[in-house]
Amino acid sequence: MNTLLGAQRRNTELGLLLMAGVLTAGAYTLAGLGRSASLPANLVPFLLIILGLLAVAHVATRRLAPSADGILLPLAGLLNGVGYVFIARLDSDLAGLQAMWTALGVGAFVATLLVVRRARDIERLRYTFALAGCALLLMPLLPGIGRNINGARLWVRLGALTFQPGELAKIALCIFFASYLVEKQPLLAMGTRKVAGVWVPNVRHFGPIVLAWAFSLVVMFWERDLGSSLLFFALFITLLWVATARGAYLGIGGVMFAGGAYIAWSVFDHVKTRISILADPWSVATGAGYQTVQALFAFAAGGLTGTNIGQGSPQRIPAVSTDFIFAAIGEELGLLGTVAVLVAFLLMVGAGLRIAMRVESPFEKLLATGLTAIIGLQTFIILGGVTRLVPLTGITLPFVSYGGSSLVSNYILLALLLRISDDHHERAGA
Amino acid sequence: MNGQIRKLGIVLIVLFSALFVQLNYLQVLDAHHLNTHPANSRAVVRDFVQPRGIIQLADGTVVAQSVPSGDAFKLQRQYPLGPLFAHVTGYFSFTYGDEGVERTYNDALIGDLAKGSFDPRNLLVQRDKTDNVTLTLSKNLQQVATDQLGQRKGSVVALDPRTGAILAFADYPTYDPNRLASHDQDAVQQAWTELNADPDKPLLPRTYRERYPPGSSFKVVTAATALVTGTATPAQPVYPNLRELPLPNTGGQTLGNFGGGSCGGNLADALRVSCNTSFAQLGLDLGAQKLSAGAEAFGFNKVPPIDLPFGASASFPPATAFARDLPGLAKSAIGQQDVAATPLQMALVAAGIANNGVIMTPHVLAEVRNTDGEVVQQYKNQPWLTAVPPSVAQTTRDMMVGVVAGGSGTRAQIPGVTVAGKTGTAQTGLGRSHVWFIAFAPAEAPRVAVAVMLEDQPNTSEVTGGALAAPIAQAVIRAALAP
Repeated sequence: MNTLLGAQRRNTELGLLLMAGVLTAGAYTLAGLGRSASLPANLVPFLLIILGLLAVAHVATRRLAPSADGILLPLAGLLNGVGYVFIARLDSDLAGLQAMWTALGVGAFVATLLVVRRARDIERLRYTFALAGCALLLMPLLPGIGRNINGARLWVRLGALTFQPGELAKIALCIFFASYLVEKQPLLAMGTRKVAGVWVPNVRHFGPIVLAWAFSLVVMFWERDLGSSLLFFALFITLLWVATARGAYLGIGGVMFAGGAYIAWSVFDHVKTRISILADPWSVATGAGYQTVQALFAFAAGGLTGTNIGQGSPQRIPAVSTDFIFAAIGEELGLLGTVAVLVAFLLMVGAGLRIAMRVESPFEKLLATGLTAIIGLQTFIILGGVTRLVPLTGITLPFVSYGGSSLVSNYILLALLLRISDDHHERAGA
Repeated sequence: MNGQIRKLGIVLIVLFSALFVQLNYLQVLDAHHLNTHPANSRAVVRDFVQPRGIIQLADGTVVAQSVPSGDAFKLQRQYPLGPLFAHVTGYFSFTYGDEGVERTYNDALIGDLAKGSFDPRNLLVQRDKTDNVTLTLSKNLQQVATDQLGQRKGSVVALDPRTGAILAFADYPTYDPNRLASHDQDAVQQAWTELNADPDKPLLPRTYRERYPPGSSFKVVTAATALVTGTATPAQPVYPNLRELPLPNTGGQTLGNFGGGSCGGNLADALRVSCNTSFAQLGLDLGAQKLSAGAEAFGFNKVPPIDLPFGASASFPPATAFARDLPGLAKSAIGQQDVAATPLQMALVAAGIANNGVIMTPHVLAEVRNTDGEVVQQYKNQPWLTAVPPSVAQTTRDMMVGVVAGGSGTRAQIPGVTVAGKTGTAQTGLGRSHVWFIAFAPAEAPRVAVAVMLEDQPNTSEVTGGALAAPIAQAVIRAALAP
């Protein structure tokens, strides 16, 4: 075990975590001073909780993954903290829940590190994960526990708890894809038949994974979860391409995306609406385009430096605590704030891909790539949606948006990435 | 696989760069266009959903407050006294903006006065950050003034001449600001249309935005100007007893006394009975230059710097306007032709005489306090104009005492209190007049100055201002001086 490198990384992590804590506390302080924020005046307990949770996560990595990457956790803590301040500033009722979800997320983080002692352990459970992922996706459709919220059937209610099993399904299916693709890599990379001028592999090898993928896409689309459908499509094509190094898959994926998008556009009204809002939100500024237009106004109102936390009026944007939280950040922290958040995600993606490139086991390499791609693509899909760069598809901003399932599954994802990075150093140092 | 991962990294960097460019476009390059977009109502709504302080009177009576509304706006602005203070508080409407104190002290009400000042208490204790505005007005006096007006169109202004603090600011007709502050946009729109279509203009604060010919109440200005310039003393000259004064350069036109009687005598006599022929002659004796300067010294042609929005100035024509219009000069000296004044301006004329010639800045704000009751801003009394020297003010005051003691204003007498006053009647048509009464009391040490103005009243007696407006002034002064 490379204890020296591990100790260095943990100390870096501790320093960065402290900075994340200070930044979050500073934001909370500013919000408290802002005249119109609905922020409860409880700086001291807030600080204790934030620092406490960060400390728990840090001690857990020290004990359970001592040589793991040192910057991912502080970045997640910072994004989570900034998101929390904005949620508290927007809706004090949600703030209490988000604090609880954060605690659960950190709990899930620790539990994942505890249970998954070596990343290769989960490689063997690929079909379990495939089944679990599909089952999780199907749960909202079950009568009795499924719940329809805002026109999308993504939620499951058990007792007092409402959550989106789809968030966990993404990770489970990503694990399945990674391990399956690695196992069949040689077969998939080698074409056996030529179809329309392209070598394609044997259907027998391709079958199970295409089935799982097509099934999940259909289910997500059926549940009207456009954002997740898009993310999933892109994730699968990416993994396929990374695993096989065959550019043809990108071409096939592009053609399939174009075809699927066209069919969705012509068959489903809600898809058509999203596209027309992207093209021209102004003609429907008080109707279907209200949310988008209000978000654009919020970004503009923020300008370069923002109105300061608690001084803007982001409450005007529907779903501002969840999908549109980035617009609230844009209004109150300005371009400086939005670019800072963008850079934080970019650093996360960079750290994730660096882990993928350094690790030797193909499964871990592909899994790290997939998990990182989930973070990067999901961030781009929702931020592109709220800034009117791509059609708006409701999906959470990882670590920042309000939402328990999203927070918990992102912390699990984070723990898996840290575990992979730790494995690598264990072997490298051995 | 590392080659692919590296390429994936590049793709993600490109996607994030696109976001970066788009953010720059939205937040900087296109921000001005978006901020001024017609569909953008953020500025209005920002104020509308914010907590807002209370507007109250010195005795703690709340005249405007925000209560939880349970709808998307979270708070509903309420005016517990309805129309009584409508033209002072104004309204706070989502659709039609703000008016009155809601407008001038918006920054205080939303707590902006404290902006920038670091208050660490906000971090530890749950507290409201809005400030509360206390007005100088008295609920009792406002009620008396409103009752006195009854259903007659007109205004009553009462202020403290020593400070400029407005004590009563009543007019009729008025409106209920609750109708415009409602969150039911259809109802608000209907109320707005209705109020604007009303020919009696209930939305118009007559006290400081509507101008009327002041008639004989303007003679106080003419008399004081004559004293300042040495054109006359209370005893000299003695004007001849006339029924009508021939006007120069008109080929035989004359200017008659109200009711057709004849009058004359010295300046004190002429003011006491409000003699038109004497004052018209005095105006001609003064000349355009001095009379115009005298009117401006009292604040004519300037908007009184009251802390309410969109005030109107009183107007007196420039001296050049009379170069070829001596009859106009004679009529202007008795407050007719093109002379026009708001009730506030005429109250300030009385207040200036009462306060040794100095007109204090009129104001409705007493102080701004934060929710802990600490004073954030205290109104600082300050002079607006020095209209006349103290000696002239005292002489004019004595002549005005004569008006109430034994002249046209006897109906303003209060037992045990020396009231100084002046009537005014400006004919608007056959048998109808705007009637005025300006006054202050106690004459020895004035604590209240009043202007009463009634629109378009039937001429019931020879001195309508004295008959209709003086009793209102008397009631208001009596209430103001009551212990």
